[in-house]
Amino acid sequence: MKQTQNVEELQAISKRIRRHIIEMTGAAKSGHPGGSLSAVEIVVTLFFDVLRHDPERPDWPDRDRFILSKGHGCPVLYAVMAECGYCPVDTLKTLRKLGSPYQGHPDKRFLPVLEASTGSLGQGLSLALGMGAAARLDGKDWRVYVVLGDGEIQEGQIWEAAMFGAHHKIDNVVAIVDYNKIQLDGFVKDIMDLEPLAEKWRSFGWHAIELDGHDIRALQAAFAQAKGVKGKPTVIIAHTIKGKGVSFMENNPKFHGIAPTAEEVALALRELA
Amino acid sequence: MAVKTKFELKLGMATREAFGKALVAVGRDNRNVVAVDADLSKSTFLNLFAKEFPERFYSCGIAEANMVGVAAGLASAGKIPFAASFSCFVLNKGFEQLRVLAAYPNVNVKIAGTHSGISIGEDGPSQMSVEDISLACSLPGFTVLSPCDEVETAALVKLAAEHIGPVFLRLGRAKAPVVHAPDQTFEIGRSIELTEGSDVTLIATGLMVAEAIRAQEHLESEGISARVIDMHTIKPLEVEAIRRAAAETRAIVVAEEHLVDGGLGVRVAQAVAEISPCPMEFVGIQNTYAESGTPEQLLEKYGLTARDVIAAAYRVLHRKQ
Repeated sequence: MKQTQNVEELQAISKRIRRHIIEMTGAAKSGHPGGSLSAVEIVVTLFFDVLRHDPERPDWPDRDRFILSKGHGCPVLYAVMAECGYCPVDTLKTLRKLGSPYQGHPDKRFLPVLEASTGSLGQGLSLALGMGAAARLDGKDWRVYVVLGDGEIQEGQIWEAAMFGAHHKIDNVVAIVDYNKIQLDGFVKDIMDLEPLAEKWRSFGWHAIELDGHDIRALQAAFAQAKGVKGKPTVIIAHTIKGKGVSFMENNPKFHGIAPTAEEVALALRELA
Repeated sequence: MAVKTKFELKLGMATREAFGKALVAVGRDNRNVVAVDADLSKSTFLNLFAKEFPERFYSCGIAEANMVGVAAGLASAGKIPFAASFSCFVLNKGFEQLRVLAAYPNVNVKIAGTHSGISIGEDGPSQMSVEDISLACSLPGFTVLSPCDEVETAALVKLAAEHIGPVFLRLGRAKAPVVHAPDQTFEIGRSIELTEGSDVTLIATGLMVAEAIRAQEHLESEGISARVIDMHTIKPLEVEAIRRAAAETRAIVVAEEHLVDGGLGVRVAQAVAEISPCPMEFVGIQNTYAESGTPEQLLEKYGLTARDVIAAAYRVLHRKQ
């Protein structure tokens, strides 16, 4: 694969990933399209620009690690990893089918190139910090990136982990909150408000950056800034739009966990042409 | 009497203390061994490791879910983490993390649960762990170890570190009688026949091994030949020893400091039912939580003494006829 810093190229890749997400969830007739679409620029920028990795050598010990803690958003991860060359593109539409590498939530047993099996919310940050601690113990400079859902950080374990990361000064870990403002039952602010979110993380001892999670330039700058932050971990609070890129899915709680119908797939693909 | 010389049953260290000491030795041999703590290192004896290897010791504060997650992360990056806490806290508060981050991806974490059973005494039921065998055994791929004394603990800690895959070690707070000779060899998944016997088999784990030995001595004095098996590996269970016990003695008592529901007894019964059904009796805690008291008072009140094993042996012998 070829990594790039060119924003137009990354935007073009993002559009291709969005098409995959629509086709995959449409074919599966279930899944979580909204929270996959909101994280597209985040995951694309990481894999196609920021991460030090090599799909030819998935077990390279010095690779950067990526964990999708919000495992239900796996269509975006599968599509990006397939486009990188980790796994086949042509079988992406077997998502959620028996025996598929593209299980309903990320499952290392079926897709060994994944760094973690996730799906139960709240757990990925602890895992990332343990990995970061191991890298530091070995004197290695690889880094760990973990994407958290906004609803997910209502879990208490996230804040246990937040304290741990700051206390142990694990500065090789970057958490990205995909703050799309919607969770299963509705709007985050109505279910369990997270605000003031950046202040929460700062008060827990993290370096916090807020940005538009669909602005690739801003993401690139934030990841570069995070590399320079020493003595504390970094969190990027990425303001995103659930269902981003498809007009009738945007900001629509219905598409948290409902797949598009055949007509909706056709409509969405027309918008993403 | 030969048997009595063999089993002096002198009080030794608690298995938690033997664990702490053994982990330091394991840490000296393998620098990939790390320790993860949730503010109980003085109680779990993880403080010994922390003192010798401060850079390989991670304090999590009172946060067991994160502790298990961090351990899984360390293991995913090639470390051999031992996460220790009271058994009830790590297994109950960390269970979901053990399930999704350790068992499901088959990660190489080692979980040490101290203060198992009711012999922790005065602290009472919120600190007691009477369902940990059931919980740990319900995790696919986990190896579940339950040593009875300091000798066995030291050996099993070393074997746990060498074993690739998740392990749960069940340890106790109370000082434990020394059952095994210093030169005894141990193997994960291989039980130890402590006495030969032809009338009844007493299968025990943890603190109940010593009680089973005491019961055996009493039964012998009454002309009953009891085989005693130390089942230190609860999962994977050694079916061959159970097969022989069922075939040769046709009566089995299982004794454990755990709820009878879902514990060693149930697992042995499953094997017996599959191989060679015979009468069985179960010594364990009966569908309740204990209370504050001295360990001795509690073990007596909740039916976990040699006397209870003897009574169970007579019941099973009666049913055998």
